[in-house]
Amino acid sequence: MERPVLKIENLYTVYRTDESLVQAVNGASLELYAGETLGLVGETGAGKTTLALSIMGLLPERIGEVVAGAIELDGVEILSATEADMQLLRGSTVSMIFQDPMTALNPTIPVGEQIGEVLRLHQEHLTREGLSQEVDRILELVGIPAGRKGDYPHQFSGGMKQRIVIAIALACQPKLLLADEPTTALDVTIQAQVLDMMQDLKEKLNTSMLLITHDLGIVAQTCDRVAIMYAGEIIELGTAEDIFNNTRRHPYTDGLFGSIPDLTKPARRLSPIDGLMPDPTDLPQGCKFHDRCPYCEEICKTQAPPAVREGTHLVCCHRMAGEEEAL
Amino acid sequence: MSVPLIETRNLKKYFRTPKGMLHAVDGVSLAIPQGKTLGVVGESGCGKSTLGRTILRLIEPTQGQILYQGEDITGFTGRQMAGIRREMQIIFQDPFSSLNPRMTIREIIAEPIRVCQLYEKKKEIEQKVSRLMETVGLANRFENAYPHELDGGRRQRVVIPRALAVEPRFIVCDEPVSALDVSIQAQILNLLMDLQEEMGLTYLFITHDLSVVKHISSEIAVMYLGQCVEKAPVEELFANPLHPYTKALLSAIPVPQLLPRDQRRKNIIRGEITNPIEPPPGCRFASRCPLAKEGCAGELTLREMSAGHFVSCAFAEGGVL
Repeated sequence: MERPVLKIENLYTVYRTDESLVQAVNGASLELYAGETLGLVGETGAGKTTLALSIMGLLPERIGEVVAGAIELDGVEILSATEADMQLLRGSTVSMIFQDPMTALNPTIPVGEQIGEVLRLHQEHLTREGLSQEVDRILELVGIPAGRKGDYPHQFSGGMKQRIVIAIALACQPKLLLADEPTTALDVTIQAQVLDMMQDLKEKLNTSMLLITHDLGIVAQTCDRVAIMYAGEIIELGTAEDIFNNTRRHPYTDGLFGSIPDLTKPARRLSPIDGLMPDPTDLPQGCKFHDRCPYCEEICKTQAPPAVREGTHLVCCHRMAGEEEAL
Repeated sequence: MSVPLIETRNLKKYFRTPKGMLHAVDGVSLAIPQGKTLGVVGESGCGKSTLGRTILRLIEPTQGQILYQGEDITGFTGRQMAGIRREMQIIFQDPFSSLNPRMTIREIIAEPIRVCQLYEKKKEIEQKVSRLMETVGLANRFENAYPHELDGGRRQRVVIPRALAVEPRFIVCDEPVSALDVSIQAQILNLLMDLQEEMGLTYLFITHDLSVVKHISSEIAVMYLGQCVEKAPVEELFANPLHPYTKALLSAIPVPQLLPRDQRRKNIIRGEITNPIEPPPGCRFASRCPLAKEGCAGELTLREMSAGHFVSCAFAEGGVL
């Protein structure tokens, strides 16, 4: 079988502060293959960004720490890698796009130079001329006229800035792209443009993508597989078809779908999930979703749910496990 | 026909900038009947927030009229405005910056009651605050908490009772759910709809997200660069959008349904919103519009295509009344 580009096994990441221990990622496992797009869906505080930062080795120093598990990037174990090794990997094998293009760019350096910086670090053989040509090519690739490479970030609109951030991320043709809510800060029409462009580039460069988002609409449009994250755990994982065209879903996933206003149906009221995400410094026993779950039973309050697998579809819920036994 | 609760006639707000006049709101006329919701939809920079603030006269209009219950309030003095301020409130987008970090939740909700002198006795104010917190589902234990102790959804549940505290009739909701997670968004939208039914509130609901206004609005106005380009009852707008911009907005919304791979690509409009400073006459969407022809440079007005459905596009098709 083909080797995955990214393999995460039973990852636990915490943030230590003076007062508390924040359990941000609690035993997440997933695999991502070449050319594939995996959507990582969850609400604020679900641990999506922490998972991505763990892969990048960019957790805040002294506070964030991976305490257990393994991450393999293109066959290389990276949790034991030194900072120098990580610097070589970042940008060339894996890159990340952050949510807010306004703060991801250096306001005092022209955008062309910011793209050139990545190339200089990872492709040392490039001559000055070659570098400049490469910058032009990459800018055109993301739909920005090469003539604007001397402009500063503030001279671009939000959508254009995000294109530049994407250009920087893809400059060295990484195998894996971590996109953390890349279009959340953009208007819908611009979002559609940027998503379309990312899709094109991804196909052209055969990059795998981990797309972090809270928007199931974006997932439906771009992803091959989907992972749903709740309180640091991946509670459901499957192909897009498994998640969208299936009634045997995790109750939380159902809740997420119920919260989205449906444009095609006239329903007047939404059916949201009651309550809030649990406090990551004080996680509940058993299933972490139990106090918001409409199907909660005694067993859910004490025992962590098993992962029930059905083909490509994985759900962590006692209810599914119960049905399985009954069959 | 009864008098609409709030109405604007050819409302304009221009800002002076070093490069010329910025046309933030440029001739918007709309009317909202008592107890209804008008959704105002548009992208960043289309002037929707300026419109909301100008209607409340938090910003002075450059031209045009604002009518409240049929009375022209455009020329009202500060003292006269103070008399009706109580009936017109606003909920801001960002629940993080619109709460005073040094006041407790109780003080925040009680402040408008004290300012408007609705109740004299301390006890009465306290009771009112408790009732309000109960209405929006905010537990009493948060009474003495400070805003930083609450999460986004709960903070928005503080902003709402603060606006309701003075028993308003009209509320401008300026992107009240944009900063929240979907599951919390749905809770707040349901709450706003319940409150409207109970108290007969009238909303001007500003958002960039068409799918959000669908549930809460009775009518929708789509704005582009300071102008209202299409206005229609909500079902009509979704079933039969006429303006190319409205169509593009609708098609750009990612729908959470799995389509066959070859159908996932959308009709994407190119380009970005153009400069609102001294815009040339004619259709402002023309530079991005797939239908644009020479006729688009002429003067445009809203035309009524069918009952209550207005559009300002030279080429919009549909039965002309």
